Amino acid sequence: MNTSCTLGSMHLKNRVLVASGTFGYGNEAAPFTDLSALGGIVTKSVSWLPRQGNAPTRIAETPAGMLNSIGLANVGIDAFIAEKLPFLREIDTEIIVNIAASTTDEYIRILERLEAEKGIAAYEINVSCPNVKEGGLNFGTRCDMTETITRELRRRTERTLIIKLTPNVTHIADFAKSCENEGADAVALINTLVGMAVNIRTRRPVLSTITGGLSGPAIKPVALAKVYEASKAISIPIIGIGGITNRQDAIEFLLVGASAVQVGTASFRDPDAAAKIAHGMETYCREEGVDDIQDLVGAMHIDAGTAAPGFVRNREQKEV
Amino acid sequence: MSVINTDVEVTSNEQVAEETYALRFHSPALAAQLLPGQFINIRVSDAVEPLLRRPYSISSVHGEECEILFSLLGKATHILATKKPGDRIGVLGPLGNTFGYDRDFGTAVILAGGIGVAPFPHLTRELQRREIPVLTFLGARSAARVVSRNLAEVHVATDDGSEGFHGTVIQALADYLDSHDVERPRLFACGPNAMLRATQAFAHERELDCELSLESEMACGFGICQGCPIERTEGDRKYALVCTEGPCFDSHDIIFHEHHHA
Repeated sequence: MNTSCTLGSMHLKNRVLVASGTFGYGNEAAPFTDLSALGGIVTKSVSWLPRQGNAPTRIAETPAGMLNSIGLANVGIDAFIAEKLPFLREIDTEIIVNIAASTTDEYIRILERLEAEKGIAAYEINVSCPNVKEGGLNFGTRCDMTETITRELRRRTERTLIIKLTPNVTHIADFAKSCENEGADAVALINTLVGMAVNIRTRRPVLSTITGGLSGPAIKPVALAKVYEASKAISIPIIGIGGITNRQDAIEFLLVGASAVQVGTASFRDPDAAAKIAHGMETYCREEGVDDIQDLVGAMHIDAGTAAPGFVRNREQKEV
Repeated sequence: MSVINTDVEVTSNEQVAEETYALRFHSPALAAQLLPGQFINIRVSDAVEPLLRRPYSISSVHGEECEILFSLLGKATHILATKKPGDRIGVLGPLGNTFGYDRDFGTAVILAGGIGVAPFPHLTRELQRREIPVLTFLGARSAARVVSRNLAEVHVATDDGSEGFHGTVIQALADYLDSHDVERPRLFACGPNAMLRATQAFAHERELDCELSLESEMACGFGICQGCPIERTEGDRKYALVCTEGPCFDSHDIIFHEHHHA
C-alpha cells in the first residue's frame, strides 16, 4: 500500500505531520513516541531573535478545545541552528521549519539563513499567528501581503514552500489562490481561530492577552469547511489542520481535499497521537481496500443536485 | 528511567476530607520511579471533554501503587471522584523535577495550603528515611478540610479557627519560629499562589532557604505547549516552564505577579 505523498520537492513517507507549536523541536516528545513513524515534523515557529513569549496565563481549556496565547516563544534562529536542528536532522522523517517574522525582510533573512543548512525539507510560513502584536496575523489577513511574502520567498528557495493560512478572514480561498499564483508548493490550513474566555469570579479575561487562538476538536468542523472551500479554488496540495484527534478525523480531511494533515492539540493529550493516526490511516486503507491513499484525496461524493455552499467558487467560474 | 504513557487501573478511591479524595492506581513502573516533588499528568476520560490532562503531584507510593490527593475543583476532578476500583485512567510521567531534599539543611519545614498538601507525604517519607527532622504546618479553610495523613509533626492552622491555630499557615510558622529553636530550617511550600507569594516574602524577610512547588495551567506537562511560564528573577530568558524546569523552584529564582490568581 502506498501511503506516501509528494509536496513540491519533499517526499513524505506518510501523510501525517505534527503541527507547529504543538511538538516543540522534536526532542521534548521523543521519550513518548517513535518520531520516525511521522511523515514529518513542523517545528515550533522560528523567529530571527529569541522571543520570550507572552505573560501567563497562556492557555485555557474550553469545551472540546483550548485557547492559547504563547506569543511565539522560541529560541531564535541562531540557537535553533546550533541547538535544535542537529537533533532534528538525525530523525528519519522530513523536517519542515516554520518561520515567523514581523516584516517581509525578516522572513527573507530567516529563510536565507536556513538555506545554508542541511536537513531541512521544507518551510512553512506562519502568516497567521493571532497572538503577537506586530506581523503575524497582519500578513495573513491581507491578500497583497500574503502574495508579496510568497513571491519573495519563492524566488529564494528550491525547497518546498508551504504557506499556513488563517481562518480569520472572509474567504480563505482567495488567500489560497494568492499563494498558488505566487508559486507556493502547498498551503496549510487552518491556524487557530481567534477566541476568548472569561473568569466570572475575577471578572477578568483568562488569558493575559485577552484573546487567543482556539484549537482542538471544537474547530474541526470549521477546518473541514475551510479545506473544502480552498480545495475548490486551487490545484496545489492542501495540508489540513484543525482538531484532528484520530484516524477518522484525518480521513475526513483527505476526503474533503487535503493531501496531508497535521496533528496539533491532540499531541498535548497524547504525544503518541500522530504516530497512532498514521498507523490508523493505513489500517483504514486496508479495511477499505484502498491501495494508494492518494485515491482518498478529494474523494468525497456529493450527490447530483446538491447545492454547493455559497463560498464555493471553483476555478473555472472564478476566471470568467 | 523511562517515561510512562499508558492506562492504569484504579485500585482505591476514598474521600479523606471535605471534597477531598485519595485515589490509588496500580503502576509498578511509576511506583519505582516517582521521586518526591514530581508529578504525573492524568487523562480522566477517553472522551474529548475534558480535552487536556491534569497535573497531579504524587502523594505517596505503596508497593506497586501510587496515590494522588485531589479536591473537587472542576470537570476533571469531579470525574476522578467517581472512579472506582477497576476503572482505568491515563497516566503520563514521571514529570518535573524533585524537591531539594538532598541539599544541606538541618530541619525540613513543610508548609502546605489546602490541597497543596498533596506532594508532602512522599517527601516526608524520604526525609524520614534520611533521618532529617520534619516539621509540618498545614493550612486549611476549616477542620473538615485538614488532610494530615502520612505526615510528621503536624501543626494545623485554619482560616475559621475550627482547628489549631486561627489564621494563616505562615502566621502559625512565624509564631513557632519565634518561640522555638529550629536547627538550620529549609522551607518546602506548596499551595495557592497567594500563599506561595506570602511564603516567599516571609522566607526572604527571615533569610530562610525556601523552595516552592508551583501549580500552573499546562496543556502537555513535558515542554511542548509552552503554556506554563513563570517569570525568572535573572538570566537571559524571561520565563521558566513550570512543567520541565519545575514544579519545584528556589524562592529566589521566580517572581509572582498579581495576575497569578489561584
